[in-house]
Order: sequence, then C-alpha cells, then structure tokens
Amino acid sequence: MEETVGCARVTSTVTGEEPTSTPEPQPSERKEPTMTVRVGQKAPDFTSPAYYKGGFTSVKLSDFAGKWVLLCFYPGDFTFV
Amino acid sequence: MSAVADKYPLLQELGVEVISVSVDSHFVHKMWNDYELVRMVEGGIPFHMASDQAGNVGRAYGVWDETQGVELRGRFIIDPDGVIQAMEMLTPPVGRRIAESVRQIQAFQHVRASGGKEATPAGWEPGKVTLKPNPDLVGRVWEVWKPDME
Repeated sequence: MEETVGCARVTSTVTGEEPTSTPEPQPSERKEPTMTVRVGQKAPDFTSPAYYKGGFTSVKLSDFAGKWVLLCFYPGDFTFV
Repeated sequence: MSAVADKYPLLQELGVEVISVSVDSHFVHKMWNDYELVRMVEGGIPFHMASDQAGNVGRAYGVWDETQGVELRGRFIIDPDGVIQAMEMLTPPVGRRIAESVRQIQAFQHVRASGGKEATPAGWEPGKVTLKPNPDLVGRVWEVWKPDME
C-alpha cells in the first residue's frame, strides 16, 4: 500500500493477537522518571555519542558551562524540514 | 539543521555553542551531513550532532514522542549557568525561525549584562529601548514604549 510521504516518521506496529502470557507490569515497574523541564530551572545534563567535524566523539552539555547553548531537537535525519 | 549551521558564525560571535539531537545514530548523522547537508551549507555541519537512540535525553527535556519514537522539534536556550531561559516546541512539519532564536539570545544576554536591572519589551532587538523596572515606571510604560516600537 502506498503511503503519503509526509514529515511524520512512520513506525512499526505489532499486529495480530495480543500476547496473553505477558504479565501486567507492576505499578512500581511502570514508573517512568517524570522530569519536567521549565524555564528558570537547571537544564538536565547529558552525554551523547555524536558526529562532529568528520569524527565520532561524545558530547556533554556541562562541558559547555560558561557558554550559551542552543539545544535543538528534531524528528530525524533525512526528513524534509 | 542546515538553517542553524548557516547562522553558526553569528552564533559563535555571540558566544553560543550549538548541539543538535535526534534518535538517529552518529553514523547516520555522518551520512546525512556528507550526502545532503554539505550541499546546503559550506563545509557541512560545524557543531555536535548528538545521537539519542533510546530517547533518554528527549524524555528528560519533555520532547519525546513515544508513539513515533522520535524527538519533537524542541529548542532550548541555556545560559552560562546551565539554566534554561527559553524553550519552544513545534510539531514536525513546521520549521523553526533561527533569527528568532538569535534575537532571544541577544535579549537574554542584554538582560544578564544589566544584572537584571533592564527588561526587553516585545520584539526587542539590540539598539532598541529597554525598560528599567522601578516604582516610577508603574502605569507609565506607555510614556516610554508603544506597540508600534516593536
């Protein structure tokens, strides 16, 4: 089936019967770390693998302490916008 | 991302570092840079292109879209103390306006340099009038600033 080529990244979906053997996760396991960022609050620090000027390296936000940082998330490489 | 790269020299002049983040691997970042972005901006992407394949960074910043497994188009301005001063989030089909990020950074830098004694009214750009909050200004902003000055 032909799909519309849009900006949304399509992903896979599991089809067929629902697995019955999977136990319901316990409330304690289901708990996600819910971090909410807000202006005026400290930016969460992170380390990520990165591509930088022809090489593979890692980048750590706090390495740029003392500078202004423009942090830009985007949906994916080779998307249209 | 090429639009941000295009403004990178100006951002560097302002003392701003850039980090881009998506769920793609750093290997794919390289291919995207080498195959396509290098044709849009001379020399390719000059800043770190971070990879967040598990979405951990995206979750921490509230930009993770768990249904599609991608980061939303979130943009954060972080000051030299590591404090978030501005954030913006767009759905995928609409791109950012980098000039607006630059304008906001200049405004935050001006406020910071004034030690918090000045505030920038709507649409402020360097050279335009700022506001100096004090008891005498209450109810009299109209004397120093009007919307047509934006």
